[in-house]
Amino acid sequence: MSNVPADLRFLKSHEWARLESDGTITVGISDHAQQALGDLVFVEVPDAGRRVAAGEACAVVESVKAASDVYSPVGGEIVAGNTGLGGTPELINQDPYGGGWIMRVRPDDKAQFAALLDAKAYEAALAAETH
Amino acid sequence: MPFIPHTTDDVREMLAAIGAPDTEALFDEIPAELRSRALEAIPTALTEMEVGRLMSERAARDGRPLNFIGAGAYEHHVPAAVWAIVTRGEYYSAYTPYQAEASQGTLQLLYEYQSMMTSLTGMEASNASLYDGATALAEACLMAVRANRRSRSQRILVPASVHPAYRKVVQAVAGNQNLAFDLLPYDPRGGHTTVGSLEKYRGQDITALVIQQPNFFGTLEDVDALTDWAHEAGMLVIAVVNPVSLALLKPPGEWGTKGVDIVCGEGQPLGVPLSSGGPYFGFMTTRMEHIRQMPGRIVGRTVDLDGRPGFTLTLQAREQHIRRSKATSNICTNQGLLVTAATIYMSIVGPRGLAQVAAASMQRSAELVEALVAVPGVRLAFDRPRFHEAVLLLDRPVRGVLEALAARGIIGGCDLSADYPALANALLVCATETRTPADIAAYAGALADVMKNAAAA
Repeated sequence: MSNVPADLRFLKSHEWARLESDGTITVGISDHAQQALGDLVFVEVPDAGRRVAAGEACAVVESVKAASDVYSPVGGEIVAGNTGLGGTPELINQDPYGGGWIMRVRPDDKAQFAALLDAKAYEAALAAETH
Repeated sequence: MPFIPHTTDDVREMLAAIGAPDTEALFDEIPAELRSRALEAIPTALTEMEVGRLMSERAARDGRPLNFIGAGAYEHHVPAAVWAIVTRGEYYSAYTPYQAEASQGTLQLLYEYQSMMTSLTGMEASNASLYDGATALAEACLMAVRANRRSRSQRILVPASVHPAYRKVVQAVAGNQNLAFDLLPYDPRGGHTTVGSLEKYRGQDITALVIQQPNFFGTLEDVDALTDWAHEAGMLVIAVVNPVSLALLKPPGEWGTKGVDIVCGEGQPLGVPLSSGGPYFGFMTTRMEHIRQMPGRIVGRTVDLDGRPGFTLTLQAREQHIRRSKATSNICTNQGLLVTAATIYMSIVGPRGLAQVAAASMQRSAELVEALVAVPGVRLAFDRPRFHEAVLLLDRPVRGVLEALAARGIIGGCDLSADYPALANALLVCATETRTPADIAAYAGALADVMKNAAAA
C-alpha cells in the first residue's frame, strides 16, 4: 500500500502539491507513482522563471522502463526546479514527499490549489484505478 | 522455411474462426470509393531471368561516364573487402536489432560505429544512424528546439550556402511543426557566411544556427567565428559536415571556444557507392548534456549478470515504443546495412587512410579547377579556401554545355542556375581521389572543345 500523506493535495495524474508558508506550491510525484515507475534514472526539471498553465507538462521523469510527463497542478510561475535531482534522481524513489520534490510554483490563483484532490479523494482514485 | 507466412489452409482456418466468409469481408467497413482499385499501371509479372535481362540492358544504357558531380553524394573508392564482409549472413540485415541476446555482433559493430563517429566529429555521443543527411539536419533542428531551453522562438538561422535539397527537406519536415527558418545570404566574393550577416539578429530570440562545412559550394566557412557568435547570442550550433573532410579539417567539437552542440550529415562518402540517390544514411552526434534529446537508437556497452561485457540498446525511454507521441522522433532505423558498410570502411582505411582520401580528393579538385579555369569563358566564382568542390562561372547557360559534355561521356557537374539564379551560369564541380590526372585532362579538353564550338550566350 502506498503512502498518501493527509496534509497534501493531489492530481489524478499522480502529482502531489503542498502549499508553503510563503504562498508557493511545492510539487512532486506521489509514492504510488514512484513505485509504478520503478528506479528513476533521469529527471528533467523546469527552469525558474518559466510561466506554466494548470495541467501543462513541465517536467519529465524517466525510469528504467518508462518516461512520463509531470503536470503543473496550478497556473503560475516556476520559482525553482529541484536541480539536485540531476545527479540523484533516486531521491524521488527514496523520499518522494521530501528530498524528491520536483519544482516550486507561485500560483496566479490560489483557488486552483484548493480545488485539487485531498488525500482521501486521491486514495479513492487510486483504489478505482486498481480495480 | 516457407517465405509466405500463411498458406491458403491457414487463411481459411483463421477466417472460419472469426466467422468471415473471405478476406475481402475484413475490409467491408471501408467505403468502396475509398478503396484503391486494381493497380492498372503495374505490368504483369516477369520471371527472375527476364528481370535480370531487363536490368542489365537498362544499366548498359547508362554507359560508364566520367563523373564530376558531387553536390552531396561523392564517388570514392570502396575497397572490395567492405561489401564482401557486409554481405555475410551475420551482418546482412537493414535493421538495428532490439534483441541483445540474439544480436551481440551487430550491436558491437554499431557501438564501434558510434565510437568512430564521436571521434571523427569530436563529440561525446552518437546515435546508431538516421535516414539520410537531409533528414538528419531536419532532426537536428527539431532536437535544437527541445535542447535550447533558453529559447522559445523555434527560429533557426540557415545559410543559403547550405545544400538546397537539405533546406527543402528541413522545411518539409520541420516547417509544419512550427519551426521557422531565416535564410542567411552568402558573401558574393567568398561564397561563405559572414559574421556581419548575423549582426541584424543580435538581441533576438533565435534557437540555433546551422553551419555547413564545407558548404554546398565546397567553400570553407569561418566556423570558429560563427560558432562563437551564435553561442554568445544564446543559440545552439548545428554543424552539417562531410565525414571524409573531418580527417583533415578541425572537428566540429572544437569549433570556436566551446565547440558545436549537434553534428549531423550524410554518411554516404564512407563506403557507400553512388546509387541513384540512395539508399544512403544520416549520422548525428552530440554532447552528453543533450543526449536525451537526440533521436534514434543508441547502443551502449554494459555487463551481464555474470559481469561479462556486452552490448544493448540504451536510453530507450526517449523512443516511440515507450514515449509514443512524445518520442524524440518517429524515424525508423533501417539504414543498418549502410552503417555496417561505413564501419567496415572506416576500420579498413583507418584514420591515416581516411586522411589520405581527403587529401587526395582536395588535391585532385584543385588540379581540376586549375585545368578548367584555363578554358576561355570559364572562371572561378569564389576566392575562399575549398575542400573538394568548386563553383565555376561560365559565359553561357550551363545546361547546353553539360549536354554537350554528356554526349562525350562526361558528367560535367551540377547546374546551379535554378537554385542560385543570382550566380547566373554557375556549375558545381567535384573531383575525388577516384579522378586521375588523365580524367581531368579529358574533361578540360572536352570542355575547351565544347566552349569553342558554341558561341557565348
